[in-house]
Amino acid sequence: MGIQLAFYFFAAMTLGFALVSLFHKNVVHSAFSLLGTLLGMSGLYVTLNADFLAMTQVLIYAGGILMLLLFGLMLTKPSETERSLKRIFVAVILAGGTAVLSAYKMAGTVWSSGDGELPASTVKEIGLEFLRFDEWLIAFEFASIVLLAALVGAVHIARRRFPIDDTNALLKAEQGGAN
Amino acid sequence: MPLSAYLVVSVALFVIGLAMVAARRNLIYVLMGLELILNAANLNFVAFNRENPGDLDGQIAAIFVIILAAAEAAIALAIVLNLNSRIQSIRPDDADTMKD
Repeated sequence: MGIQLAFYFFAAMTLGFALVSLFHKNVVHSAFSLLGTLLGMSGLYVTLNADFLAMTQVLIYAGGILMLLLFGLMLTKPSETERSLKRIFVAVILAGGTAVLSAYKMAGTVWSSGDGELPASTVKEIGLEFLRFDEWLIAFEFASIVLLAALVGAVHIARRRFPIDDTNALLKAEQGGAN
Repeated sequence: MPLSAYLVVSVALFVIGLAMVAARRNLIYVLMGLELILNAANLNFVAFNRENPGDLDGQIAAIFVIILAAAEAAIALAIVLNLNSRIQSIRPDDADTMKD
């Protein structure tokens, strides 16, 4: 009973905030309502017995990725003519088609289910699976290499090589030199 | 709760993210929609893991998705900032330098 109430609460929170961030005009408000979506997802993970994942969701998504998005918003200028009827039409077609297709496929499917029960706390089990050589150790180490390479690459890409105001002058000078 | 309830939430989240990617003409919104889509996939992984509790492979796959989403967000934000300083715009339609 309590699990059901929690599921309905967190599902409503997730989808409601996602809808707000889809329809709101202000970019910053949209980003902040994404925070509600991510926290609701973490609650859904708790109802699914995934406590470590819920914690990771709060730490990485709400604490890291959302902060990155907010910095991106603050450092760029929102475009003025943001809405166009053509784009919205395409989006409605795409979203409606996906929803109908998924509902049609899900209605007739019987999902597999296994025996047993998840442990009450998954933290220790996940750690053991990660460190076992024949399970996930190689993928775990590769994930750390991917993260390192991505962060070094992000620093390199975002580094400013010329002052913003001189961009066009610099481009013209380059083109003039090439000719 | 039954598995199908979680799948319905996941499909709804995926559709919202897809609409956000398609409808908005601002690269930050596109990134936010991508995060919603990845979250929908994660919810599926974890929900199916509860139905097949022999091992924790679903939850571990979800952790890898979160790791890759963090790397993707960092790279994509760097590209957006670079684009903004080059063409003074973050609309995907304006990034057409390589078309010419």
